[in-house]
Amino acid sequence: MGDLTSLLRECAPQALAAVVRRHGDFEACEDAVQEALIAAAQQWPSTGVPEHPRNWLITVASRRRVELLRNETARRRREETVWREPAPQPRGDDELALLLLCCHPALSVPAQITLTLRAVGGLTTAEIARALLLPEATVGQRISRAKQRIRDAGARFDRPASDLTAVRHVLYLIFNEGYTASSGDALNRVDLTREAIRLTRQLHRRLPGDGEVAGLLALMLLTDARRPSRTGPDGALIPLAEQDRRRWDRSAIDEGVAIITAALAHAPIGPFQLQAAIAAVHDEATRVEDTDWEQILLLYGLLHALHPNPIVTLNRIVALAMVDGPRAGLAALDRTAADPVLAKHHRTAAVRAHLLEMTGDHAGARDHYRRAARLTLSIPEQRYLESRAARLR
Amino acid sequence: MKYVILIQSNPQSLAVWETLTEQQRTDFGLGHLRLTEEMREAGVLVASEGLGDPALATQVSVRDGETITSDGPYAEVKEHLAGFYLIDVADFDEAVAWAAKAPDAAYTRVELRPVLDMSAWEI
Repeated sequence: MGDLTSLLRECAPQALAAVVRRHGDFEACEDAVQEALIAAAQQWPSTGVPEHPRNWLITVASRRRVELLRNETARRRREETVWREPAPQPRGDDELALLLLCCHPALSVPAQITLTLRAVGGLTTAEIARALLLPEATVGQRISRAKQRIRDAGARFDRPASDLTAVRHVLYLIFNEGYTASSGDALNRVDLTREAIRLTRQLHRRLPGDGEVAGLLALMLLTDARRPSRTGPDGALIPLAEQDRRRWDRSAIDEGVAIITAALAHAPIGPFQLQAAIAAVHDEATRVEDTDWEQILLLYGLLHALHPNPIVTLNRIVALAMVDGPRAGLAALDRTAADPVLAKHHRTAAVRAHLLEMTGDHAGARDHYRRAARLTLSIPEQRYLESRAARLR
Repeated sequence: MKYVILIQSNPQSLAVWETLTEQQRTDFGLGHLRLTEEMREAGVLVASEGLGDPALATQVSVRDGETITSDGPYAEVKEHLAGFYLIDVADFDEAVAWAAKAPDAAYTRVELRPVLDMSAWEI
């Protein structure tokens, strides 16, 4: 059954893309493909999987698409012509066009994520709802709204936007969503981290020359490699410096390092590549004291110049403290006091606490760990920060 | 990001309610129904409920493995939670825009709070 699910998930976007390319009208085609998938899930376990499962889905979905339109009598004549044409064949660049359509700029980011998981990831509404911890009705509504918006925006499948920025961003967010700590019903949830890696891997295979897609894939692999040691048996977070590095996934690290090394040598540099390079430096240190902080500081400097944001600023300060000492880090932190985003950000308090702890000011460190714990919205992070504060009692 | 829009009932909101005409009160109620519907259609609604009167509340506690219930609160409560909307939106600004549509916002105010999540972080 698991094999059938992953086969359908693999074929669904290709079938959808082929049907949309032929008929246009994403909304009706998506409904038709969903019905074809249901038919496949019902029939294949008893009839066996057809020799060309993808073509089977395309044929059934195409027919269904025509049937759906036949019900609208006004269009009958035109559709009867279509009926006699052979089913559209899958084409290599279809999936990319589909991905670009799902990440259309007319859609809100939550809508882009939901539609990508459905149309490109081949997940059902129920699976997406469980993965995003939302009611099924909300996800269903989000999908149908997104399809409407695509139609209203006049987005055309054969002339998609060429900018991949939104696509990479959506894949990155899906990966981050997958970080959600596992809870009781984890077994029933699609692993969004793996899903994001799978989709990014497909995209990288399609566009091997895009350095930022390569950087994103490497970043995901190098981050996910630490998953086995990122949380303790009780679900508590373990910081990078205290993780058991022998439990990191070596093959994922090797693959990530190879991808980012090749990308940095051939492609113009970008923020995902820099983040992957930083993750690679961390992952390559078999002991925390072997970490090449000078290299990390240099990379954060580049990232800060290319793509400044509050988290980059703070991480650069941490790297600076590791190279030049905690007092240099605290001085740099003081210089950011005017930034209103940083002033309210819990990570600012957490970094200050960490640096104060390094200088031996335990009372100050405790106060700032507590402040950071109050300001964060993440429960595991809150527990981690509280435990740091308690340790300094 | 999930946010909850909290609607409190307190002396100030009750005083405002007293000044409303019958028509305004009907519009107020319909406004909430319409907002729920609008949120549902937009695909942002997770849950929304109005809560029963605090006189119907029951206090539940467990001592030595025994569940004890008592009615209450008996003491006059100045402020209580009257209802909530739980929404999932792209960002803070969108959450504020939805909160502003609550009929209460036009007369008194509503409270917008981010929901804690289980996401981990990298250090």
